[in-house]
Amino acid sequence: MSRSGRGLAGALRLPRSTLLRNALLGILLGGAAGVALWFIDSFNPFLVYELSGVTYLAIAAAGLTVLTGLNGQISLGHGALMGIGAYSTALFLKNYADLNPGLVIAGSMLVTIVGSFAVGAAAARLRGPYLAGATLGLAVGLPGVAVRFSSVFGGDAGLSVPAVTPPDAFSTVPQELWFAWVGIVPAVLTFVLLANLVRTRYGRDFRAIREDEVASALYGIRVARTQILAFVLSGACAGVAGSLMAYTSNIAAPGSFPLTLSLELLAVIVIGGLGSLAGAIWGAVVIVFAPDWIGSLNDSFHLPGTIRNELPLALFGTVFIVAMLVFPYGIQGGLIRLWRLRSRLRSRGQSEATSSGAEA
Amino acid sequence: MSYFIVLTLTGVAAGMIYAALALALVLIWRATRVVNFAQGALAMTTTYVALAVITATGNYWLGFVGALAAGFLLGALAERFLVRWVESGPQLNPVILTLGLLLVLEAVVPMIWGAQIRAFPAPFSISATQFGTTYIALSPFNMFTIAVVLAVMVGLLVLFRYTGLGLSMRAAAFSPAIARLLGVRVGRLLTFGWGLASVAGALAGLLVAPTLLLSPNNMDAILVYGFTAAVLGGLDSPVGALVGGLSIGLALSYIGGYLGPDLETIGALVILIVVLMIRPHGLFVHAAERRV
Repeated sequence: MSRSGRGLAGALRLPRSTLLRNALLGILLGGAAGVALWFIDSFNPFLVYELSGVTYLAIAAAGLTVLTGLNGQISLGHGALMGIGAYSTALFLKNYADLNPGLVIAGSMLVTIVGSFAVGAAAARLRGPYLAGATLGLAVGLPGVAVRFSSVFGGDAGLSVPAVTPPDAFSTVPQELWFAWVGIVPAVLTFVLLANLVRTRYGRDFRAIREDEVASALYGIRVARTQILAFVLSGACAGVAGSLMAYTSNIAAPGSFPLTLSLELLAVIVIGGLGSLAGAIWGAVVIVFAPDWIGSLNDSFHLPGTIRNELPLALFGTVFIVAMLVFPYGIQGGLIRLWRLRSRLRSRGQSEATSSGAEA
Repeated sequence: MSYFIVLTLTGVAAGMIYAALALALVLIWRATRVVNFAQGALAMTTTYVALAVITATGNYWLGFVGALAAGFLLGALAERFLVRWVESGPQLNPVILTLGLLLVLEAVVPMIWGAQIRAFPAPFSISATQFGTTYIALSPFNMFTIAVVLAVMVGLLVLFRYTGLGLSMRAAAFSPAIARLLGVRVGRLLTFGWGLASVAGALAGLLVAPTLLLSPNNMDAILVYGFTAAVLGGLDSPVGALVGGLSIGLALSYIGGYLGPDLETIGALVILIVVLMIRPHGLFVHAAERRV
């Protein structure tokens, strides 16, 4: 986001302060998204529902971008962290039905922060495949906890989450549109804050640790503390995303947070380019709409249902494999190089391709 | 007390299965410094192959052998055509690549055989053995499980310790450059090693399916257990894989028996994290560590 923001900022003469510029851009883009949603709702309400999915997946993927792309820690357990957020939301609303959605989302985020602090503290001591294996255990194991303590978490059926009702002033607004609007606020907040963060000292520390832990430690960066911070930050995003997911789907159930959700989040950032916040958005668009596109493709091929249902998963897996085979020395570098080449070809001289936002 | 004994016996039998999967992970880690996250999905795939063969021929043992052969083939193909290209890159790349393979396999298998849960036959009874009037919780199939995994372990030990092929494989894993200079076909041996490892994985898939049932993601949790067992044993030692597998099998059996079966996976995670905190390089690894 911050990368395209720079090019835009130059063109629109936005303030030079990163915070102001990002905030202004965020509000502008968020507002534009709101108007677009209102327009879309007039002819395709289901599309609005799917776009809500893009919103929360993009938030979670933005968090994972900071963790994996910037800080170099892989997590296969972010789907489970989203589950913590979703269950928190369901439990808040079960006990206090009239709680303001903003408060519920913030509360769910806090609960997830506590959870991800515990995970992050353990993760900071693990590297590479060990970290991947441990977070894999989280993704596979956490839904079992919800099943085991069914009196609290509702077992396999899960907990229902009441939909958000628009206030009286907006009583004519359809529910899914209202909720898509509500989702824009945390999305804008997340992206603005993260786009800022990657340009602060913390962002630089994250990247320094990714590149070389020993050198960072010598340089005075507290490696473990910074890694935990990155984990907590991305966990907070996952918590917000999970809360929004619970609101959107009206349920928090173990089946909503399978291993494949965690891997889909990883696919979002692999597709979007590891380390690019803007990539998290369009990666999320691809993940949400890929089944639709495959469905419409299928209309001309008439594949059996099972093949059709599994095609998106096969596609994401192929993306993983191809990305690794085509860029053997890091998708990070490979994708950014490709991206730079593309933007250079597209807009010769318009924007300098050396923006640190692309690396961010 | 008798409940405890039952849990212990079933834990040992389950532990042997986890040991087989841990062995697959360890063999691959030793040879290529890659954790194969697709190992579980590979085993799931070969078990579907076994089911197809059994359904077609009506013979369990043909399916058994077919699955092991398919495991060898898939493992060797995965190494030769996919993993070979990312072995020298950053540490994260093989992780993401094998996860990609996991996703593809978990998508392609239901495309071929359907997504519904299926029963899988066992060659021997899976209910408790009766000796006169006393029952022993270990079923004949459990005993078969223990015997066949032990046989595989011994077979591998003999292969690595006492054959020329095993010596070349150890050389290729220990120092590829020097081994290559001495005329060892390193690439070919790595491919062979992956095939061999996937045979152990396929065995785990065959042994776990009668009790766990067969579905496209039935091996996800088993992969976590196998990984935990392998890490417990140091990721580098086949004997460690066996001991790690047995420890995890017992621990999870007690957790499942006393706290509830749904907590087994999270229990494995807790064990994994505690072990990594206390002994980051596992309980059974030699002091002379080798990090790449």
